[in-house]
Amino acid sequence: MNPAVNKSEDTLNKYSFNIEGGNFNDAGTVSTRIKSILKQKGLPNDVVRKSAIVCYEAEINIVSYARKGTVNLTITAETVEIEVIDEGPGIPDIEQAMEQGYSTANQQIREMGFGAGMGLHNINSYSDKFDITSEVNKGTFLKMIINNPQSTKDL
Amino acid sequence: MKLSEIKEILNADVIVGEDKLDIEVKTAFGADLMSDVLAFAKAGSLLLTGLTNTQVVRIANVLDIAAIILVRGKKPPVETISMARNLQIPILTTKYILFETAGRLYSKGIVGCLEKVEPGSE
Amino acid sequence: MDIGTIAKELNLKVISASDKMKNIVTGGYTGDLLSDVMANSHEGDIWITRQVHQNIVAIATLKEHAGIILVNSCEPAKNTLEKAIAEKVPILVSDLPVFELTGKIYNLLAAAK
Repeated sequence: MNPAVNKSEDTLNKYSFNIEGGNFNDAGTVSTRIKSILKQKGLPNDVVRKSAIVCYEAEINIVSYARKGTVNLTITAETVEIEVIDEGPGIPDIEQAMEQGYSTANQQIREMGFGAGMGLHNINSYSDKFDITSEVNKGTFLKMIINNPQSTKDL
Repeated sequence: MKLSEIKEILNADVIVGEDKLDIEVKTAFGADLMSDVLAFAKAGSLLLTGLTNTQVVRIANVLDIAAIILVRGKKPPVETISMARNLQIPILTTKYILFETAGRLYSKGIVGCLEKVEPGSE
Repeated sequence: MDIGTIAKELNLKVISASDKMKNIVTGGYTGDLLSDVMANSHEGDIWITRQVHQNIVAIATLKEHAGIILVNSCEPAKNTLEKAIAEKVPILVSDLPVFELTGKIYNLLAAAK
C-alpha cells in the first residue's frame, strides 16, 4: 500500500459526541452514528459490531445515571478506541459494579429493559482492552479498545 | 422462512413493513433485557420481545436485526412506529406470549442464535 | 409432565430443591421483566428467564411456578440461590439460549398432551 495514504494520526479519524443525562429519547444515537462511521470506513463487521455494542452500553449508563457525558472515538489502522467521560455520581465500588446482576437502576430504567446489571460486564467482554476509573460525586471514565485484526491501513 | 409465513404462524398484525414480508429469516432471539440482545442477538435474526420503546428499534438497527416481533399483543407507541418506518425495520405484533411465540416458531423450523463474538474470531 | 423429566430430557443442571423434581409442569412462561411475569404467568408454569436477581424466587413462590430455568448457562446471584434453597423453589440451568430452550420445552409439553 502507498504510504502516502496511511494517515492513522489524521484528525479525520477522531470524533467527539456529547450525551445528555436523562434523555432516553436520544439514547443510542451516538452508537448508531459510530456504527455508520466505522462501516463507511470499511472496518470488518466484527469490529463494527463490538464497537457499537460497547458504546451502546456506555451510552445507556450515561443517560441512566450521569448529568452529561462525552464519547471520543479514535480510529487508527489497528484499533478502534472509544473513551467515555461523564459528570455524575461516580461508582463507589467498581468491582461490585462489574459483577453480573449488580445494578442500582430504578424502576423506569428496568422497565425499558436496561439496568439488569449486565452493562459493564458486556463492555468488558466485548473490548479487547477495557479501563475504568471513577470518582464519587465527580464522574466515571471508560476507555475501550477494539482491535482490528485486518489492520485497515487505508482509512 | 419468509416473514409472511411467520406472520401466519403467529396470527400477527403488521405494524410496520407491509412491503417487506418477503424477507427471509432463519434465526430468532427472544429477550426482554436489552443488554442480552446487545450481547447475543445475531444479525438477520428475528427479535421477539415484550418491550415496545424506541430503544428496541435503535438496537435492532445497530445489530441489523431483520424484524421485531412484539408479543402479548403489545402495541408500540407512535415514536417507536415512526422510528421503525424511518429505519425500515418491520414490526409485527402477536397476541401470543413469548413462550408460545418461540414455541410455534421453533416447531416450524426457526432456530435460535447464540452468537458471542470472541476476541480474535472471524 | 414433571420437572424432573424435563431436566432429564434437556440436560438441565439442577441447582436447588432437587427433592422437588416431581413438581408438575402444566405450562410455560418465558420472560425477563418481573412485572410482566408477575402479571401474566400462571400456577404450574415453568418459568424460563435470564434474570438472576433474588426477586425471581419471590415471584416463582407467589405465582406457584413449578420451577425456574436460567438460560445461557447463567449462574444465579448468591442470595438468589440461598433464597431458592430456603423456599424450596427448583432452579435449573440450561446452556441454551431463551428461544431454543423455550422451543424444546414447548415441544415436550405439546407431545405430552
